[in-house]
Amino acid sequence: MKLYDVIIIGAGVIGTSIARELSRYKLDIALLEKEEELAFGVSKSNSGIIHPGTQNPPCSLKGKLCAQGNFLIRKISKELGVDFKEVGELIVAFNEAEIKELLRLKKEAEILGVYGLKIVDRAWLKENEPNLNNAAVCGLYAPTAGIISPYRFVYDLAENAIRNGVEIHTETKVINIIRVDGYFEIVTSKELFKTKYLINAAGLFADEISKMVGIDDFKIKPRKGEEFILDKKKENLTNHLIFPLPSKISKGVLIIKTADGNPMIGPTAEDIEDKEDLSTSDSGFSKVLLSARRLIPSINDKDIIAYFAGLRPVAGDDFIIRHEGKAHGFINVAGIQSPGLTASPAIALLVADILKNNGLALKKKLIFHAHRKKTAHIFASPFSKTKKLIKKDASYGDIVCRCEMVSAKEIKDAIKRGAKTMDGVKFRTRAQSGRCHGSFCATRIMKIMAEETRMPLTGITKRGRGSEIVKRDRATM
Amino acid sequence: MIKRDLVIVGGGPAGMAAAVSAYENGVKDILLIERDQYLGGILNQCIHTGFGINYFKEILTGPEYADRFIKKIKDIQDIEVSLKSLVVKLTNDKTVTFLKPGRLETVKAKAVIMATGCREKTREMIHIQGTRPAGIFSAGLAQKLINIEGLLPGKEVVIIGSGDIGLIMARRFALEGAKVKAIIEIQKETRGLLRNVVQCVEDFDIPFYFNHKISRIYGKDRVEKVSVMKVDDNFNEIPGSLFEIKCDTILISVGLISENELIEMAGVKIEENKTSVPGIFVCGNSFKIYDMVDSVTEDSILTGKLAAEYIMSCK
Ligand SMILES: Cc1cc2nc3c(=O)[nH]c(=O)nc-3n(C[C@H](O)[C@H](O)[C@H](O)COP(=O)(O)OP(=O)(O)OC[C@H]3O[C@@H](n4cnc5c(N)ncnc54)[C@H](O)[C@@H]3O)c2cc1C
Ligand SMILES: Cc1cc2nc3c(=O)[nH]c(=O)nc-3n(C[C@H](O)[C@H](O)[C@H](O)COP(=O)(O)OP(=O)(O)OC[C@H]3O[C@@H](n4cnc5c(N)ncnc54)[C@H](O)[C@@H]3O)c2cc1C
Repeated sequence: MKLYDVIIIGAGVIGTSIARELSRYKLDIALLEKEEELAFGVSKSNSGIIHPGTQNPPCSLKGKLCAQGNFLIRKISKELGVDFKEVGELIVAFNEAEIKELLRLKKEAEILGVYGLKIVDRAWLKENEPNLNNAAVCGLYAPTAGIISPYRFVYDLAENAIRNGVEIHTETKVINIIRVDGYFEIVTSKELFKTKYLINAAGLFADEISKMVGIDDFKIKPRKGEEFILDKKKENLTNHLIFPLPSKISKGVLIIKTADGNPMIGPTAEDIEDKEDLSTSDSGFSKVLLSARRLIPSINDKDIIAYFAGLRPVAGDDFIIRHEGKAHGFINVAGIQSPGLTASPAIALLVADILKNNGLALKKKLIFHAHRKKTAHIFASPFSKTKKLIKKDASYGDIVCRCEMVSAKEIKDAIKRGAKTMDGVKFRTRAQSGRCHGSFCATRIMKIMAEETRMPLTGITKRGRGSEIVKRDRATM
Repeated sequence: MIKRDLVIVGGGPAGMAAAVSAYENGVKDILLIERDQYLGGILNQCIHTGFGINYFKEILTGPEYADRFIKKIKDIQDIEVSLKSLVVKLTNDKTVTFLKPGRLETVKAKAVIMATGCREKTREMIHIQGTRPAGIFSAGLAQKLINIEGLLPGKEVVIIGSGDIGLIMARRFALEGAKVKAIIEIQKETRGLLRNVVQCVEDFDIPFYFNHKISRIYGKDRVEKVSVMKVDDNFNEIPGSLFEIKCDTILISVGLISENELIEMAGVKIEENKTSVPGIFVCGNSFKIYDMVDSVTEDSILTGKLAAEYIMSCK
């Protein structure tokens, strides 16, 4: 059996960030993921915001890593060719008491090193955010806040990690971990793995993985967030991310700009028990709509085209990132709630450091491929660029998803780059995520998948085994 | 930039009828742009009968109805058809941009007719609580899967809403040997045509639940069941009425919406078959939702004539 230097459990944004960071070094690395594709856990369902570092207690680990991550993500997104847009955020106050709170937030964020913060008055708001509620008296403006596509970020990190030698095993669920002669033997639903160092980035299930090596001092509690996506035609609803003042357990219901152009409102914050409960509710919907309209009164529920829920993996108030002395070589990266997406590049650096301090030699490879070619998206291209793309490959002009303008070429590319399911295609390309929800294009996408992968149409799933789209082929009846 | 007298967007029954009518009224330079690889629009997947009773005084299937117009279009040299061509932009100076395999093209027209049809309302638009597993289809997608692709979406079906497409699909599933366990309609009565109620539901003994609504969808990977409640006239739950139905498939048939995003994004307002911009017209289901394709045809013939008159007046 091969002995790895490092195995990472969990291919969300945290696991893939760590894998990509470690792939700079001369190490044998494997990343294990239980789902059919990467980013099918918490990392697929979040707000996609790269927070500036505001709204965190100033001496918290998550605050520090958030501010660092916001800085680091700029370079990484350039290297990987994933769009990061610095759109800036506004935290809005409605009365005198709230202004005091804004000033406190500003001070705390400045301690964390967040720069460019300024208090803006009513006139500024009116000019720069015309749809904002008139009752807003002032705002805290944080220019460094940005947006990214959370799943495309994961896919691009993973692709680059693979290029630099990382092995990724999907549909490989870790079932047990055994300590043998100072190594870890990992029993999975597929094969047995053996490693010197083991990193637990299992998101909602990090407590269960930790328990397998005998460390049982934290519990992951899911905190549900429901989010509602608006039609792309409302792209210019706001110019910035808009926040109310944060509550104790969340940043409140926000008006979000997304990397794909569709505005989004949410999320709710509700502590629940079931780690697989991704259902949405009427109460969540009314609550989000009510809170969102307090910020932007003109929001029309008819413009909502999709919704989803995500679960924040909460273990107390802060992240847990530490080497476990009781199981030398085991590192917990747990409780990565919000702002985990933002912090991910900083978490990866911290983990590399922890490995080094615990005896792993980090020797740089002679050649590290830092860059990856940017994926082309017709929806994001001006006509002049689309023309060039079509010249290069005619099938860029063959539009499959008409609501979101996704071409056959993009879909074939997504499949070549690892999409195995309809959701995988959707996350990578946006096909099926528009106003008709795939009513027009689902069959065409299925046929392209069947052609490219030689899979029968009946084998095509929404998101892995058990979620087959159709029940049977009439020809075989 | 290419120049044309008339550009028609959408090659369904509306676009085809408008093209023929404009030609007959004197327009000799027409470009008909269709996204799909065939003309005919939604009719291609409507293999049931009931089309043409008013317009042709005959009972035809959808594809037969479409064929009559496709033949006419093919016979008219002055109508050029561009297939696999998706219009992505309309501007209020009557410029149309479209993509097709190998090309991006911009055409400036004297007049434009938008005949882009409609789409179905989705589960998301009626806010059904619960999970989002595989097995939830719009009725039209299910129709396409069975009739065009030859694939059976599921075996135990609950239909939400009693629009005509839902009723027709109830029968289609029954004919395929699937079990249609219920049609759930929140209103007191159906919006569907009487003939569809009789021929598609009653004849197949499919349970019809009026004044009922789905309160939640269950299932992690695939739909497992739905819960249903009885409601009063204000759609409020009648206490104690909740029950569950096991199923692996849910069809959504809660109505159609006109596809006029291109018009909206051009900042143009629809005013009857015309718009706020002289020379931009709209017809068929992208203008308003018609129950019968026969009415779509009549509406579009009128629009073709209006466009022809406009073009003549420009000369
Ligand atoms: C509603 C919501 C909004 C959010 N908004 C933001 C935001 O705007 N900005 C921000 O910075 N953060 C945000 N977050 C937080 C962010 O999404 C998370 O911090 C981040 O995605 C956590 O990533 P992860 O890799 O730790 O977890 P995951 O993505 O869940 O990755 C863990 C992976 O481990 C796998 N796994 C689990 N058990 C096993 C096993 N036994 N064997 C193999 N694999 C296993 C899972 O399948 C999963 O893929 C938000 C979160 C939520 C829920
Ligand atoms: C699923 C479904 C089932 C139906 N079943 C029936 C039925 O059984 N009986 C009945 O009478 N009516 C039925 N209808 C109503 C039906 O839409 C009309 O009867 C009729 O087809 C409308 O004609 P149309 O030309 O307006 O629209 P469509 O037939 O929808 O034609 C519109 C055409 O425009 C094209 N198009 C759209 N956007 C663009 C673009 N941007 N660029 C290029 N081309 C574009 C489309 O591909 C399509 O071919 C059904 C509708 C739907 C959605």
